[in-house]
Amino acid sequence: MSSPAQPEIPAPLANLKIQYTKIFINNEWHDSVSGKKFPVINPATEEVICHVEEGDKADVDKAVKAARQAFQIGSTWRTLDASERGRLLNKLADLMERDRLLLATMEALNGGKVFANAYLADLGGCIKALKYCAGWADKIHGQTIPSDGDIFTYTRREPIGVCGQIIPWNFPLLMFIWKIGPALACGNTVIVKPAEQTPLTALHMASLVKEAGFPPGVVNIVPGYGPTAGAAISSHMDIDKVAFTGSTQVGKLIKEAAGKSNLKRVTLELGGKSPCIVFADADLNMAVEFAHHGVFYHQGQCCVAASRIFVEESVYDEFVKRSVERAKKYVLGNPLTAGINQGPQIDKEQHDKILDLIESGKKEGAKLECGGGRWGNKGFFVQPTVFTNVSDEMRIAKEEIFGPVQQIMKFKTIDDVIKRANNTSYGLAAGVFTKDLDKAVTVSSALQAGVVWVNCYMVLSAQCPFGGFKMSGNGRELGEHGIYEYTELKTVAMKISQKNS
Amino acid sequence: MATTNGAVENGQPDGKPPALPRPIRNLEVKFTKIFINNSWHESKSGKKFATYNPSTLEKICEVEEGDKPDVDKAVEAAQAAFQRDSPWRQLDALRRGQLLHQLADLLERDRAILATLETMDTGKPFLHAFFMDLEGCIKTFRYFAGWADKIQGRTIPADNNVVCFTRHEPIGVCGAITPWNFPLLMLAWKLAPALCCGNTVVLKPAEQTPLTALYLGSLIKEVGFPPGVVNIVPGFGPTVGAAISSHPQINKIAFTGSTEVGKLVKEAASRSNLKRVTLELGGKNPCIVCADADLDLAVECAHQGVFFNQGQCCTAASRVFVEEQVYGEFVRRSVEYAKKRPVGDPFDAKTEQGPQIDQKQFDKILELIESGKKEGAKLECGGSAMEDRGLFIKPTVFSDVTDNMRIAKEEIFGPVQPILKFKNLEEVIKRANSTDYGLTAAVFTKNLDKALKLASALESGTVWINCYNAFYTQAPFGGFKMSGNGRELGEYALAEYTEVKTVTIKLNDKNP
Repeated sequence: MSSPAQPEIPAPLANLKIQYTKIFINNEWHDSVSGKKFPVINPATEEVICHVEEGDKADVDKAVKAARQAFQIGSTWRTLDASERGRLLNKLADLMERDRLLLATMEALNGGKVFANAYLADLGGCIKALKYCAGWADKIHGQTIPSDGDIFTYTRREPIGVCGQIIPWNFPLLMFIWKIGPALACGNTVIVKPAEQTPLTALHMASLVKEAGFPPGVVNIVPGYGPTAGAAISSHMDIDKVAFTGSTQVGKLIKEAAGKSNLKRVTLELGGKSPCIVFADADLNMAVEFAHHGVFYHQGQCCVAASRIFVEESVYDEFVKRSVERAKKYVLGNPLTAGINQGPQIDKEQHDKILDLIESGKKEGAKLECGGGRWGNKGFFVQPTVFTNVSDEMRIAKEEIFGPVQQIMKFKTIDDVIKRANNTSYGLAAGVFTKDLDKAVTVSSALQAGVVWVNCYMVLSAQCPFGGFKMSGNGRELGEHGIYEYTELKTVAMKISQKNS
Repeated sequence: MATTNGAVENGQPDGKPPALPRPIRNLEVKFTKIFINNSWHESKSGKKFATYNPSTLEKICEVEEGDKPDVDKAVEAAQAAFQRDSPWRQLDALRRGQLLHQLADLLERDRAILATLETMDTGKPFLHAFFMDLEGCIKTFRYFAGWADKIQGRTIPADNNVVCFTRHEPIGVCGAITPWNFPLLMLAWKLAPALCCGNTVVLKPAEQTPLTALYLGSLIKEVGFPPGVVNIVPGFGPTVGAAISSHPQINKIAFTGSTEVGKLVKEAASRSNLKRVTLELGGKNPCIVCADADLDLAVECAHQGVFFNQGQCCTAASRVFVEEQVYGEFVRRSVEYAKKRPVGDPFDAKTEQGPQIDQKQFDKILELIESGKKEGAKLECGGSAMEDRGLFIKPTVFSDVTDNMRIAKEEIFGPVQPILKFKNLEEVIKRANSTDYGLTAAVFTKNLDKALKLASALESGTVWINCYNAFYTQAPFGGFKMSGNGRELGEYALAEYTEVKTVTIKLNDKNP
């Protein structure tokens, strides 16, 4: 995300106290049934921030009971005015605004996020998304339908029920809001499992959920690991829907478990290998900047990372030159420190994977323009890296890197680049840079991607549906569409003595 | 704030009833001028007019009297605020919604002040103003705040090699003329969707009741709407109202008031520049009580339905059709209710009925009551003014009313309940529908098929089943036939405040 003039932001909170480290069920805090806890790490220093209760199947079962109870016909939550659900979500947004500094500090500390981004982009995005969803609560309409026969027919868009929501570590708070916002607007109850790397902001949100006045059991949070708590959710017989954001590999496991258990509804936001296509007639500076941010934002840890940049032959050299210059402008370090604009990767596993892919790039013959290895000897840092002369068969052109590594490739014709851009089982996002009206429209129509950005990149707004084609996901989040993913449609047909149009 | 589910705290209902709100004593009226560009102006002519308290018959204060030149000034400001590149046109839609939410917050903050002002100016009971008028206003602004960034056009699979999409744009400068029966609420019903969709507005509140509209102007400024987005010109119908209806630079007009004036507004709108028109007009609303109804419920609903707000509702249940078998009992219980209805000082918490709005309405109602007596209806109770009490009229019930009587055909707009008898469903449907009005209808029955049949057969914009005056910001409201054009509230209101533009881009044929 390019930030033109950055507004004044406060300094991160000094002496951040972590108040909430337990499992949240029925608006109360619980120890894990097993008694186990797990450590939460600061990826910039590799130090333990604190320990959090480790949820497993038994805790998920408890949470499901509470969520199911809160969803019973006749419950406080089911009988609440829809507009009141909206009021509660707006109240939650106000509380996030109040605790913005605390949440941004916690998010930056736990997630390795550059503080200014956490404060402005993550928190800003959360508050806006919550308000957007709040507005939908009493506007979820069914229809009355002119069916055949002497029948009065209408549809109701009901909440689905108990929704399990598994959140990733790259945008812990934002992804949390993207899940609970629409779910609660539609009247569901939820069980959230934040990523094991980054549970802290979700747990603080739990305290705000209680403060805002949501009835007990409506929001439940069970921190823990994928193979235990996550798997328990995907295969639970009494959870009606699972929503997951994370890797394609794990997404497949979740959908499989959902099918094998009770056919719970599934929405998935997975990985990508998103192409950016830069035509010769593009505004080159704009293309360089957007493509750059598109792959380097948040240390490359974005599902929409612009990790394959196709540049039209005639402007290729200039594009490379400017991109390399741009990639050298990073100051790495502790993301809470002023002046730092690149933080660490989230953990050792990611760190090792990225370094391995960088090595493959070198071995397979791509040209290393800058960076190419780890940075510093404490914290999971990787130098901003640019590869050129990348060919489509190289691992760095095919596999999702999720690190600060930019691939630049050359193309000749429009038909060819469209084929190459689409030649992946991913399909999340794409960028097109051109001033030509016709090219913009035809190329965006041809790309197999859920989001196509023209002359911009990574522009996300709660009003717009977001999601992937092919193996980048199933379903959409946010926008009007995303809201309907959290409803179950019921058709009611009443016999009447005579119908009239 | 009480919701329909009762007070909720931390998800648990709290057992104690909230304390009753109190009116503000010796309230100073601060805003009495014309509001244009977020500032206060005197009338171009220098004229002022008085606004009265209908329960004491005393003058409250004087207000600047607008006329055509003031309307022209307001329209200029509204047009400037609507220019491309203006702050208002460039605002993110979400931000428009936020401004509306903040306006709702200020209405909550100043709820007691506004309810006091409304009571002083209209004579409606203070608790009604506080719990119904103000509640409705706050909810309306919040509801439409939520729509602001959800006003979506379509992309359309048209024939040929084109890209085709629609934009749902604001119409432009919208005029709104509001009535004296629910001054602030009727204003909110227009202002909220207009602003939500990105329009700018020139409003004329009723000359009997300008005060709450002007106070709202101060809140508009406090919230930070850009100057010129909302402009308020108090004055009279034949001057300010006519100037708005026929203004060539106003793109749309919304009017709530009598059918008679509604026709004039639509005529002027057409004759000038074909501005878009929405109208919420009068009604002669049937209330149908079937023999199998919950009779207590029906009696209470029909009673409140006609007597609420001193009978001064477009939705007044002013023809109550009761099925033969339960007619006698229904009349008996209704008369009991009417006799018990507390009439008096609107600031007294016990009062359910205040004065009529002014002498003209008062005289018209009494004249219609006399016609009822003359034409042979049976006067069960009331039938005259309260002795020595200015504009107060006794709650009046007529039975044995027949369809041809004036009280069965003309809108009374006063505390008068005409009760008629019917034998069967087909008959009552015909009779209920034989009027040029078509605003609301109510049905009391426990039978599923009867309810659905009547709901489908009645020619009314709203049909209430086993309830009355059940208004929700989420549900559209408006009239069939001569009760109005268009709908307010709900998603449907958005269509009245947007103009659809279709954009078609031809693509090069060599790249199909």
